[in-house]
Amino acid sequence: MPVTLTQAAANHVEKYIAKRGKGIGIRLGVKTTGCSGLAYKLEYADDSLPEDIVSESFGMKVIVDPKSFAVLDGTELDFQKEGLNEGFKFNNPREKARCGCGESFTV
Amino acid sequence: MALFQISEPGESPEPHTRRLAVGIDLGTTNSLVATIRNAVPECLPDSDGRAMLPSAVQYAEDGEIVVGGAALKHRGDDALNTITSVKRFMGRSVADLRDESAARYQFTTPSGDGKGQLKITTRQGAISPIEVSSEILKALKRRAEETLGGELYGAVITVPAYFDDAQRQATKDAAQLAGLNVLRLLNEPTAAAVAYGLDQKAEGTFLIYDLGGGTFDVSILRLTRGVFEVLATAGDTHLGGDDFDAVLAKYAFDTWALTRALSPAGQANLSAAARAAKETLSTETSATIKVNWGCGFDSSVDVSREKFVELSQPLVDKTLSAVKRTLRDAKLKANEIDGVVLVGGATRMPHVRAALESIFGKAPLATMNPDEVVALGAAIQADQLAGNKTGDGDSHLLLDVIPLSLGMETMGGLVEKIVPRNSTIPVAKAQEFTTFKDGQTAMALHVLQGERELASDCRSLARFELRGIPPMVAGAARIRVTFQVDADGLLSVAALETTSGVRAEVTVKPSYGLGDGEIASMLQSAYASASTDMQARALAEARVDATALVQAVTQALAEDRALLNDNEAAALTSQIAFLKQLAEGSDHRAIVRATEDLNRASTDFAGRRMDKAVKKALAGKTLDQIV
Repeated sequence: MPVTLTQAAANHVEKYIAKRGKGIGIRLGVKTTGCSGLAYKLEYADDSLPEDIVSESFGMKVIVDPKSFAVLDGTELDFQKEGLNEGFKFNNPREKARCGCGESFTV
Repeated sequence: MALFQISEPGESPEPHTRRLAVGIDLGTTNSLVATIRNAVPECLPDSDGRAMLPSAVQYAEDGEIVVGGAALKHRGDDALNTITSVKRFMGRSVADLRDESAARYQFTTPSGDGKGQLKITTRQGAISPIEVSSEILKALKRRAEETLGGELYGAVITVPAYFDDAQRQATKDAAQLAGLNVLRLLNEPTAAAVAYGLDQKAEGTFLIYDLGGGTFDVSILRLTRGVFEVLATAGDTHLGGDDFDAVLAKYAFDTWALTRALSPAGQANLSAAARAAKETLSTETSATIKVNWGCGFDSSVDVSREKFVELSQPLVDKTLSAVKRTLRDAKLKANEIDGVVLVGGATRMPHVRAALESIFGKAPLATMNPDEVVALGAAIQADQLAGNKTGDGDSHLLLDVIPLSLGMETMGGLVEKIVPRNSTIPVAKAQEFTTFKDGQTAMALHVLQGERELASDCRSLARFELRGIPPMVAGAARIRVTFQVDADGLLSVAALETTSGVRAEVTVKPSYGLGDGEIASMLQSAYASASTDMQARALAEARVDATALVQAVTQALAEDRALLNDNEAAALTSQIAFLKQLAEGSDHRAIVRATEDLNRASTDFAGRRMDKAVKKALAGKTLDQIV
């Protein structure tokens, strides 16, 4: 299962890359840290490595390193507004539990 | 559930470590809050999508405090309790206010002498400008916290480059009152330069042209090794976009040949229509001013862009003469400016841009929203100060400089400059002073700001006393005075008598502030009066030396008159009287000469006194007791 963006997420990624002025797409990843063991990473991508798993959603490149892909497999990145707050949300079917704030999780 | 933001490659924050930091442009007419989201600076809009919050606060009848657009609506029907342009009153006393805009409110002063910081009388009591500003800041803080989903770590707040210590301190107090941690106060033109990334360059000289709703500021900044120095500022505190609206409104009024004065509501309608037409004329070549007076009656008139340019040319010319004045003050030619930055919504008018382009021979920087650029620059700086930049960005911390020298008053009303103007802040400098009279046990310290040589020509910031100095002969005490200016440009002064450890200090929270543009005029007067100042300094120095010598010889005469014959004593007495008389006058060379004469004439006397003292010390002692 590839890692995908929703239409809303793709639109915002496109908008922010334009504002930032450079970038070939977006890089998703995980790192082992935080109070529940793993934390998501969401970064601009200026390049991709040969081992990266690259897919495309709504015209935007989505790049994941192979180690993270094991955890992110099947994840959909959405963009949501909660009142005035807005941002990206990871919908990861493998996620089992999160810490209270939602910044780190376990699989 | 946390919502994520995109980071720069390799800069994803650890969970729970990202600090929410914002930049705030606390403006005269409008205020904005901005932050770094998805690695890009952005202004945060309210729930209706408006980034600009009108800087208006109404103290309503039901005890509520209304902020922003809702308050602005009551400017006409509840004028005394609806405070606008409060920035003009920050850190000011009633005595400082000279302009007619102040007449809209009723002021009180706690101390009653017109010198303490003023308060505005409203139906909810006497409110200080600091409290009014804090309401605006609270509204922006609430917006930011709702938008970012957490508590703010801190904020960078912008102030005009010409703001003095009192005005900066008032701004900081307002932020504290609003519960904001102030990471730094940043000069507005510097913030605009940061937003355009000009601080990333090695060096350059930039002109910041800021034409806001009701105020106009022009500043020239020089960047060297990451430090922005304000070379010159000028402006007009009552010139802005609103005046361009008024020009169009008057044109419509005259065209329609209206015979009687408009009601406040009619005037508001006309102003709004004129403003809309002005904004249309920034993109279109013609616009229509159309007002619906109610009762099915309306008027309209077409205005071409050429007509608007012709009508408003006097206003543009006024700004251009200020631009030329800053160039002159900074001793620069137009072609030595590396870039012109546009700030303020009124700089969208094409003829303003064209006029600047013709002066500087290049198009001004205008790719960013001129209403937002100051807040965006502050946000970039706030993000760095909060420690969110993990890349090489954190090594690049922006420094500011102090606009006017800071110093101490010394004997004779002279100023000893301790921290020279354009020193980068934070800075700490110390200098040693000593006592002037034998047995002096206290010292009055007078802290001054300005470039002039005489204390009376500089601005007094604070006075304090160092007491408990052990009695010593004049000149023996060592009093170390330390001036410290923190990153916000606020000053604290400490005095320490080093042999005894007695100390005293003061943090400068001046009771009232400088007039607008007064810093600029203080600088100019310092340059203009440089030579008379130096003469005044020479005279004051000569007087100090003369007084000290007269005092010493008079005292010696009182103690050891017996060492002199009558002729000698009479000669010295008459020379003392002569020198005293000269010191009252203003010929510093004559004073210096007479001082030297008296010094020479009293040398022999001093020698005899020395012999006497030595004899007295030696009397009754054997040689080996002495050696």
